[in-house]
Amino acid sequence: MARRVSTTRKLAVTAAAWIIGFLIFFPILWMIVTSFKTELDAFSTPPKFLFFDWTLENYTVVQERSDYLRHAMNSIVLSVGSTLVGLLVGIPAAWAMAFAPTKRTRDTLLWMLSTKMMPPVGVLVPIYLLFRDGGLLDSRAGLIFILFMANLPIIIWMLYTYFKEIPKDILEASRMDGATTAKEVIFVLAPMAVPGIASTILLNVILAWNEAFWTLNLTTVDAAPLTMFIASYSSPEGLFWAKLSAASTLAIAPILVLGWFSQKQLVRGLTFGAVK
Amino acid sequence: MGKIVLEGVEKSFGNVNVISDVDLTVEDGSFVVFVGPSGCGKSTLLRLIAGLEDVTAGKILIDGIDVVDTPPAKRGLSMVFQSYALYPHMSVRKNIGFGLRMAGRPKGEIEQKVNAAAATLNLTPFLDRRPGQLSGGQRQRVAIGRAIVREPKAFLFDEPLSNLDAALRVQMRLEIAKLQDTLATTAIYVTHDQVEAMTMADRIVVLNAGRIEQVGSPLELYNRPANLFVAGFIGSPKMNFVGGPAAAKWDVATVGVRPEHITASRDGGTWSGTVSVAEHVGSDTFLYVSVDQIGDVTVRAVGELGAKPGDRIHLTPDPDRIHRFDANGKAIRP
Repeated sequence: MARRVSTTRKLAVTAAAWIIGFLIFFPILWMIVTSFKTELDAFSTPPKFLFFDWTLENYTVVQERSDYLRHAMNSIVLSVGSTLVGLLVGIPAAWAMAFAPTKRTRDTLLWMLSTKMMPPVGVLVPIYLLFRDGGLLDSRAGLIFILFMANLPIIIWMLYTYFKEIPKDILEASRMDGATTAKEVIFVLAPMAVPGIASTILLNVILAWNEAFWTLNLTTVDAAPLTMFIASYSSPEGLFWAKLSAASTLAIAPILVLGWFSQKQLVRGLTFGAVK
Repeated sequence: MGKIVLEGVEKSFGNVNVISDVDLTVEDGSFVVFVGPSGCGKSTLLRLIAGLEDVTAGKILIDGIDVVDTPPAKRGLSMVFQSYALYPHMSVRKNIGFGLRMAGRPKGEIEQKVNAAAATLNLTPFLDRRPGQLSGGQRQRVAIGRAIVREPKAFLFDEPLSNLDAALRVQMRLEIAKLQDTLATTAIYVTHDQVEAMTMADRIVVLNAGRIEQVGSPLELYNRPANLFVAGFIGSPKMNFVGGPAAAKWDVATVGVRPEHITASRDGGTWSGTVSVAEHVGSDTFLYVSVDQIGDVTVRAVGELGAKPGDRIHLTPDPDRIHRFDANGKAIRP
């Protein structure tokens, strides 16, 4: 480091980082804390932060009232399934764009990204009708398809930026060595892009896990994932904050743990391969 | 067998013609070097032969079979890249054996051939290392090992030595030449370094702006350059060109004479001028002389002349080694 950083400055920056980090984390913390309150404490003004009667009652009630495991299983199937299908399509697509670009590749990439800018509700009715007529409502297959379509642009973009960093020479060398395109992708490109593929998988599992619009609108029971599980607690018979919090905590727990252990990969994923 | 014939090969990227109408025959077992300034299309031509680029027009025949529609994997050639292009996630052993593995050869055969190639290239102690743990020279050897193990019809080298330091470059140059001689496999070698071209080639192909300027043995190109471009490109320091009234003496537009074919003396000669720079490189002294009415002329002088900048000096070109060129730059031969 060429620049000298004073101790006060370091302290200030560290403090600021902690404060910002805490502010961002606060809603989640508050939700977790609330999930251990009685419904009465959950409503109280001024809010009780730590000094209340901690209880596990909400979790018991939530377990009794609905089937957490079934929803969780659906969440896993939908997020992992849509990501895997996305990779099957995304890896060849990103290969083509990174290593065999045409004049229109840049436009295609931007166009794909532009589909993410459209509000999904704009196509809700046609998609709903297609799903109804195709018998895909409340089916895992239908949901995997829609989540795969929704996240495909991001998958291709991420893989594309990673693949761009891989020297073209190495792929050409494998071609000279007699590898077919499929073998080139499987034996040379994919192993070299493992970090990129891993963070793509991770980010997309999280996006699909948290996706609420399509899952809420196109499922009811059979294919309903954890988003539906949470939503069922913001019911017309009155808001039950504590139970809603318990359900939400249960819903985000798996992904939170996954995210915690894979922070490094994720950060790299979120910067879209811009940083080495 | 590995005879490569190019017939009317052309390549354009959009509207830009990179290779125009190239005809060339590379005989089986010969070592052919493509040389030319950067951007002359020599690498593109090599990549067309490899199949890494598609030709716009023309034919490429390998052992008599047109391969323009054959993918690189099926052409039976192997290539050594400037960047080495080793597979970073594989050990040296796997790097060398990759081509055989892709061809679906049995494990025992791969093992044996990889070991043999490694022994030839002194790579045996490094077989289990990754490319990242090797030095530049070792990586280059691995790249060569990967090329030879497949017993290809021809080797294609794309400026393989330009990432090495000067000493290593000379050593690898010798090794590649020796190896090619032993294996007797056709080799096409691209370089911008005319010393590499002169020392390694059986035949040199001089390219300029996507066209072949001349094809010939190193000495042919040196002694009988076909035009101004080849005359100026081959030889170091480069040939002196003299035009205008001074060339009229020989009845041509331009005359060329190499620095080593001019005698410098203090007593008298055809031209006279002032030394502007004297470079002593030990075996030789190169004098840059500002000659009256002609301009700068480079001369190779024998050591004992002791000329210093500012000295008046006389130069005499060897009349038998003068190259004469017409107004279009074409060589005129008696």
